[in-house]
Amino acid sequence: MNLGYYPGCALHGSSNDYDQSLRATMGALGVTLAEVDDWICCGATAAHSLNHKLAVALPARNLALARQQGHEQMLAPCPLCSMQLLRAEQAMASDEKLRAEIEVIVEAPAGVGPRVLNLIQVFENAGLDRLKSAVKKPLKHVKAACYYGCLLVRPPAVTDFDDAEQPRSMEAVVAATGAATVEWNYKTECCGAGMTMASPETVLELSNRILSNAAAHGANCLVVACPMCHVNLDMKQAAIEKRFDVHYNLPIYYLSDLVGMALGLSASELGTQRHFVAELAAAKEA
Amino acid sequence: MSRIGVFVCWCGENIARTVDVDQVVQACRELTGVRCAEHYKYMCSDPGQTLIREKIVSQRLDGVVVASCSPHMHLKTFRRAVANAGLNPYRIEIANVREQCSWVHHDKATATAKAIDLIRMAVAKVHYDHALQPIRVPVTRRALVIGGGVAGIQAALDIADSGYEVVLVERDPSIGGKMAGLSETFPTLDCSQCILTPRMVEVGQHPRIRLHTYSEVEQVEGFIGNFEVTIRKKARYVDMVKCTGCGECSKICPLKRTPSEFDFGMSTRAAIYMPFPQAVPARPVIDKNVCAKIIRNGCGLCEKKCAPGAINFQDRDELIQEKVGAIVVATGYKLYSIGREQASAKITGYGEYGYGKYKDVIDGLQFERLVSASGPTNGEIKRPSDGKVPQTIVFIACVGSRDNAKGLAYCSKICCMYTAKHTMLYKHKVHAGQAHVFYMDIRAGGKGYDEFVRRAIEQDGARYYRGRVSKITQENGKLIVRGADTLAGVPVAVEADMVVLAAAMRPAEGVEELAQKLNVGCDEFGFLLESHPKLRPVETNSAGVFICGACHAPKDIPESVAQASAAASKVAVTFAASELTREPEVARINEQTCAACFACVRTCPYHAVERAEIRARNGTLIKHTARVNQGLCMGCGTCVSVCPSKSADIEGFTEEQVYSEVEALV
Amino acid sequence: METTASFLPGAAAVESLSHTQISQCYQCGKCTAGCPVAEHMDSPPTRLIRLLQLGDVERALSSDSIWQCVSCQTCSTRCPKSVDCASILDALRQLAFERGTVSPSQHRTVIFQKAFLSNIRRHGRLNELELIALFKGEVFLRDRALPVLFEDADLAPKLQRRGKLHLVGEQVRDRGVVARIFARSLNGGAQ
Repeated sequence: MNLGYYPGCALHGSSNDYDQSLRATMGALGVTLAEVDDWICCGATAAHSLNHKLAVALPARNLALARQQGHEQMLAPCPLCSMQLLRAEQAMASDEKLRAEIEVIVEAPAGVGPRVLNLIQVFENAGLDRLKSAVKKPLKHVKAACYYGCLLVRPPAVTDFDDAEQPRSMEAVVAATGAATVEWNYKTECCGAGMTMASPETVLELSNRILSNAAAHGANCLVVACPMCHVNLDMKQAAIEKRFDVHYNLPIYYLSDLVGMALGLSASELGTQRHFVAELAAAKEA
Repeated sequence: MSRIGVFVCWCGENIARTVDVDQVVQACRELTGVRCAEHYKYMCSDPGQTLIREKIVSQRLDGVVVASCSPHMHLKTFRRAVANAGLNPYRIEIANVREQCSWVHHDKATATAKAIDLIRMAVAKVHYDHALQPIRVPVTRRALVIGGGVAGIQAALDIADSGYEVVLVERDPSIGGKMAGLSETFPTLDCSQCILTPRMVEVGQHPRIRLHTYSEVEQVEGFIGNFEVTIRKKARYVDMVKCTGCGECSKICPLKRTPSEFDFGMSTRAAIYMPFPQAVPARPVIDKNVCAKIIRNGCGLCEKKCAPGAINFQDRDELIQEKVGAIVVATGYKLYSIGREQASAKITGYGEYGYGKYKDVIDGLQFERLVSASGPTNGEIKRPSDGKVPQTIVFIACVGSRDNAKGLAYCSKICCMYTAKHTMLYKHKVHAGQAHVFYMDIRAGGKGYDEFVRRAIEQDGARYYRGRVSKITQENGKLIVRGADTLAGVPVAVEADMVVLAAAMRPAEGVEELAQKLNVGCDEFGFLLESHPKLRPVETNSAGVFICGACHAPKDIPESVAQASAAASKVAVTFAASELTREPEVARINEQTCAACFACVRTCPYHAVERAEIRARNGTLIKHTARVNQGLCMGCGTCVSVCPSKSADIEGFTEEQVYSEVEALV
Repeated sequence: METTASFLPGAAAVESLSHTQISQCYQCGKCTAGCPVAEHMDSPPTRLIRLLQLGDVERALSSDSIWQCVSCQTCSTRCPKSVDCASILDALRQLAFERGTVSPSQHRTVIFQKAFLSNIRRHGRLNELELIALFKGEVFLRDRALPVLFEDADLAPKLQRRGKLHLVGEQVRDRGVVARIFARSLNGGAQ
């Protein structure tokens, strides 16, 4: 499988452990990732908060670049990036006037494609049965709370992925690794998103609810597919514990971490030792 | 040569503002065959009709054209007018110069020219109108009532008490419908079964009511006054005469885990079961989908145990024919399926409420069974999960209703009232319990209804929050309900022991198929369509078929009963005459030119064309021919279009007439 | 989504930016019920939309709520009338920014977003260290709050040890097109 790859700013910045993890895992699965050349930031929260045209233009530019470079499918592992790309595509498809304006703004013609995929979809396309049979080290010690966050499944009109209320796609991938998952109530509740710097209290409060519920339902770790969620739950876990006088010690894995570990990749290959909260003990022995 | 009169109506301003009636009348006087042309402000009024009658007499007219509004409005009026003057009422044509002219055009010159064209066509057509007589058909003065809930019961009793025989068909093994399962009814808090069962017994014992329970309507043929209905009596496997209703069979049946339909899944029943103790008829039925004897010839304990020998495993579905003159549909409702599974792709469920996932999230009818003294918990309100008495119950209104995103835009009318009722019944049984209600608006428009809701709040302490609920989750056996109160402008979270969802009222399962059999329309939500929402609420566009109760739209018991009586009175009107008349604009086959290819027989959607033989007096066969049954023909014209020899034609719309209209235009 | 002519002339700008019809909202409160930060808001989503329905756009534009919103999209997903509430909040933010009516208590959020945008305008991609420096610097200047400069400072060495700290940020090659995209978008149209 050959995919275009749009890492986004986080995966080239302080979430480069996610980039490392998914590259290693994709390699093990025989999926080639061709990074879109000279991609630019999708605009993230700032663009859609401050300027409508910019919020469409920045992703549109990236879609055009990907098309020019011949990509039919493109992995965008950050759900905010993928949601903005999908939104821009749909906005231009349904509004001729907007499409014409954006074409001029981004200096590239609009078109069809590439098909934007999230990480879960890539694993599904690679084949969960194929994945299961390629597992070398079933993750029997893992009892994961699958945390989807907001933008993988919402708004359903844009993402058209899984079920917005009771999603199960991540659990299916995790199950293929031999790990167990727990049923819990904060799968799609917000972690506080990009408020980490501007409103840290919001992040601490919202992310605390998530960690608390995961622990209450018997999870020994969380699995995420979003770099922002990872930062709020992993990097900020110590601050959360301090603020609310609680103790969690819940490692936060990227979905690609679990898949990679099951395929026999090491911690250094995956970059799991770069997380803030140390990973599960049994994994270290592996 | 024809002597035709043209009468142009102003319709007040509706026509005259856009069509120059003077000019039209002048032009009509020049048309071939037109003896006189007049205009008047309101042709349908008394002076207008008098004008027509006078002209018919003074000008010896043999054909009339009225240029006015749509024939849907006043064709019947003008037919009566010309008949009063001695002219055959089928020698009249309407030129619609309102809906098809003055109401859709703005330019006076072109509208006037078009009006003249339309009249010219009508004049050409009326020239070829035959004098026709209405078709008379006999009336079978028996009625069919489909559905044995409170509406069907009321309709059946009213019709039977008027002196006519009623066939009452009920799909379930007992009549009673949803009302039989309710605990108390608002606003009086009458015991539901106490007020219903006497009616049920009356139906069961009425000399003029033929009750077919555990039966369904298979096929309906015919037309008003002359329906032929095929009913499938499903196999009960129990001899209704021998059985004494002792109940020993249910006790001994080893299969006791089927969810009970009467308790909406809150309890289980045996494979042979009485639907509920007060069932009418009070006889059990065997569920052939679970009975071991029926499926694989095992068990058979009930048969062995039954002293009168009433179990009959040889029973089979039986098809019976009933002739009736009128049909009343009273098929009632079911509750919206709150979870993800929906019958229609246009409707979605509430994944966010956990119905089907959390045992203690139930719907209104299920709560009704918990409260009911004859229910699965003998009237004690207990949580389905652990049997504990809930100290906090959250009631959520508008689940499915008024939710465009889920596919149902309408209000279900009864939920505000029964939710208030539920809070009161809960408080009366669990004195320390607290009811919380999340609502959008309170719809309590009936007699004593608003006062009833206030009583729930002011006297029984129910807490009402104005806002919807976003999500329900479960933590440590408690249901966390996250709603809002928009009056205070804050989110509201309640930890509940149980949640009751007021699910939308939906038409009963299978009603769309039944509607097709009856040629009755359904609206976009599946409810049966009335003829006119204001003036004809119990009639349908299928003559002789009437509707009442929740199958028409969400409504409560008093409205259902009132509508049922209304439908019964329409049936009585239908039966008042010894004969019914039908419009004669039906198909006619020229039997001399008919080649007997029977293409018309095959294509007629109403099965109204028969194969006939023409024989000489001595019995020798002369020829075969197709022949139209004028009682069944609906005048659709399909036979006309398929007939290769042009032998089929529609009276009042003959090919000759149609071509003459086209020629007049060209 | 096709929207008919706005029945609420005062809110026309909001409707045209958000592509949703505000008069569709029947104030059921489900958005507020599901909003993770509603309890902190001066005007939770239901009330914000009500203000627009009443024509009080100014109060909506100067509310704290629009900047407290975390853009989780829960409101739009659950709305029974398919009102795109999240996009309405976006539109309100965009208009408030354009017209300069940002609530003073929320200035940190706006400073952060502005700093983010000027950062990617310059480089094409985010330079985290520069963003943090810009943000903290401006907040310090506005609030004269020294602690802000040292908040989370302990994270820097930890990030560094984990290879997550990039002292020199990335630049795209074609920064010209990025600058032009920004210029055209922020000036309100194609040039």
